Amino acid sequence: MSVPAPFYLALSAALFALGTLGVLVRRSALVVFMSVELMLNAVNLTLVTFARVRGAVDGQIVVFFVLVVAAAEVVIGLAIIVNIFRARDTVDVDDVDLLRG
Amino acid sequence: MTYALWVPLLPLLGWAANGLWGRRWGRWAAAVVGCGTVAVAFALAVALRLALGALPPEGRSLQVDLYHWFGAGSIDVPMRLLVDPLSVTMALIVTGVGGLIHIYSVGYMADDEGFARYFSYLNLFTAAMLTLVLAGNLVVMFIGWEGVGLCSYLLIAFWFTRPAAASAGVKAFLVTRLGDVGFLLGIFLAVGIFGTADFGVLTRDAQARLPLGGAAATVLCLLLFLGATGKSAQLPLYIWLADAMEGPTPVSALIHAATMVTAGVFMIVRLHAVYLRAPLAMEVVAVVGAVTALFAACWALVENDLKRVLAYSTISQLGYMFLAVGVGAWGAGIFHLTSHAFFKALLFLAAGSVMHALGGTTDMREMGGLARPLPRTAAAFAIGAFALAGIPPFSGFFSKDEILSADFHDGHIVLWAVALAAAGLTAIYIVRAFVMTFLGPPRPPADRAAHAPHEAPRIMAAPMAVLAVLTIIGGVLGWSFTSPGALDRFLAPVLAAGAGPVPAESTQGEGLLVAVSVGVALVGLLIGWLIYDKHAVRTGSRMIHEWLAHQFYIEDAYNALIVGPVRSTARLLAVFDRDELDGAVTGLGRTIGRAGRDLSHLETGYLRQYATYVLIGVLVILAYWVSR
Repeated sequence: MSVPAPFYLALSAALFALGTLGVLVRRSALVVFMSVELMLNAVNLTLVTFARVRGAVDGQIVVFFVLVVAAAEVVIGLAIIVNIFRARDTVDVDDVDLLRG
Repeated sequence: MTYALWVPLLPLLGWAANGLWGRRWGRWAAAVVGCGTVAVAFALAVALRLALGALPPEGRSLQVDLYHWFGAGSIDVPMRLLVDPLSVTMALIVTGVGGLIHIYSVGYMADDEGFARYFSYLNLFTAAMLTLVLAGNLVVMFIGWEGVGLCSYLLIAFWFTRPAAASAGVKAFLVTRLGDVGFLLGIFLAVGIFGTADFGVLTRDAQARLPLGGAAATVLCLLLFLGATGKSAQLPLYIWLADAMEGPTPVSALIHAATMVTAGVFMIVRLHAVYLRAPLAMEVVAVVGAVTALFAACWALVENDLKRVLAYSTISQLGYMFLAVGVGAWGAGIFHLTSHAFFKALLFLAAGSVMHALGGTTDMREMGGLARPLPRTAAAFAIGAFALAGIPPFSGFFSKDEILSADFHDGHIVLWAVALAAAGLTAIYIVRAFVMTFLGPPRPPADRAAHAPHEAPRIMAAPMAVLAVLTIIGGVLGWSFTSPGALDRFLAPVLAAGAGPVPAESTQGEGLLVAVSVGVALVGLLIGWLIYDKHAVRTGSRMIHEWLAHQFYIEDAYNALIVGPVRSTARLLAVFDRDELDGAVTGLGRTIGRAGRDLSHLETGYLRQYATYVLIGVLVILAYWVSR
């Protein structure tokens, strides 16, 4: 038996909202980063769901692209965070406010 | 005749050379370049004179076209020089007297910081003046006309660190500029009427194009005369010349006595064919000349500054020249111009010698008794003074007498009487100046003890000697008792060109006229001697003295009626400019700056905030999308 598509979409929306909230309210760069991953995967879930509903594979192909790009992004993002930590001894995003006007 | 080009070009090159490298070269080289170019120009002018003399009288008018300057529609303006007896006579005066004054300047300016600058300005002036006199059309003349005005400004304000000199330069420039507007309008009108500004065409076609006494001719002549009153310091634009004495004395001699101020007279003689078509304008010229001659002679009576006495005297003598050309005595005007160039330059150089001896003072009340330490200067001044007063056999006598008799024979008895009265006053004021400066007890100021008056060096004395000789013998140029003088005969081809046959000179009663004018001059000398040297006559009242010392309050009236309102308007506009216009501009800039500073506070540097903005943006777009 299969779960109907709206459930997947609802879960995806919930995950995306959770990720957005995490990006907006958390101060630790690492957690913000994880929240971004959460948002990406919420989108992945949507893509897969629709691929299944339409009986086509192009959505699943896009998911692979997203995964690959996310992996690359993780590498760069973590590198930036490590560098910020070395330079400023903190990963609190509110302490990194060089662009303040 | 193409070498006529080099007459104005050489001093121009001298200007460039001295201006560019004069400081590096040192004084000696700067002086050689300055004097040498003018001397060669003089030699060329002499060559031109001889070449003209070799031609038949009718052919003595040569046009030298240098290049095509500009054209617009049917109007064509070539860069053209006109070599004829009139222009060559003027060129000889400018380079001859000018050359002597250049040489005198070598001694006079020897210790000045700006020696090379001085000579480069003086050369530029000579070049501009030669362009003016050799010009073949009004537009080329205008180059010279403005050029001499510029140099006059530069040289009056030569010691520009002195506020009086700087403001005198500006005043001279602005006042002559007022006249130049009229001159420029006159040129436009001439081009409008004749289709060209060429002197040859103007002279040839004046009779055909301008109805006698018509409005066109009258307006044209009056506009050009306005230019002449500015340049030649006549009423109502005379006010700059006395202040122009702030410049170095050789400059006063060259520009403000011998050459530049005579440009107006020369211009009218050059355009005499046009002026003959406007009897009313000529009447105006004559009356302005006569009134100026009388007024300026009155003002010279009470002036205590030696150079300003000579300045008023120059205004007065220029008035005589305008009086002459106003009654159609062109030759007499040029003759007086020539002799005046000799004797007034001599008087100024003598005054410069006095200043040199006394360390720069020009106030005659601090002089006196200088004939003993300065015998040669006193003699030079005396010769100039006799010529100015019109005592025979000095040159001024002949030229002034020619003007007086021309007025008389022309039927202008009133103008003749005015000029005669001015002649008497001339004798009085120049005797006063001589007595106050050279006779009487010495009046040493406190600091003179260390600085005994000394005679000028030879390089200054030599030009004075040459000018003194010219002043004594200059009269032969225009000896006109029975036949036209040499100058008149030389100029005749030019002056007859537009005028038709010259009316036969009436010599009836000439002897009596001469006797009267000489008598007036002698009486003037006697009165001056009695009042100022012997103190035999006590005259005058406080009120008249004040009245004369303020030049009839003409300048005060200008100040009150024109300068004052213009100043206060300017001050008002300055406030408006500073507070309103500048305020608006800087206010706009400041507002934008402040807006930028305020908006920059939106950039908090908080990542979460930026993300929120992005989220809000996305939501807004989504909402728009969904609701559509």
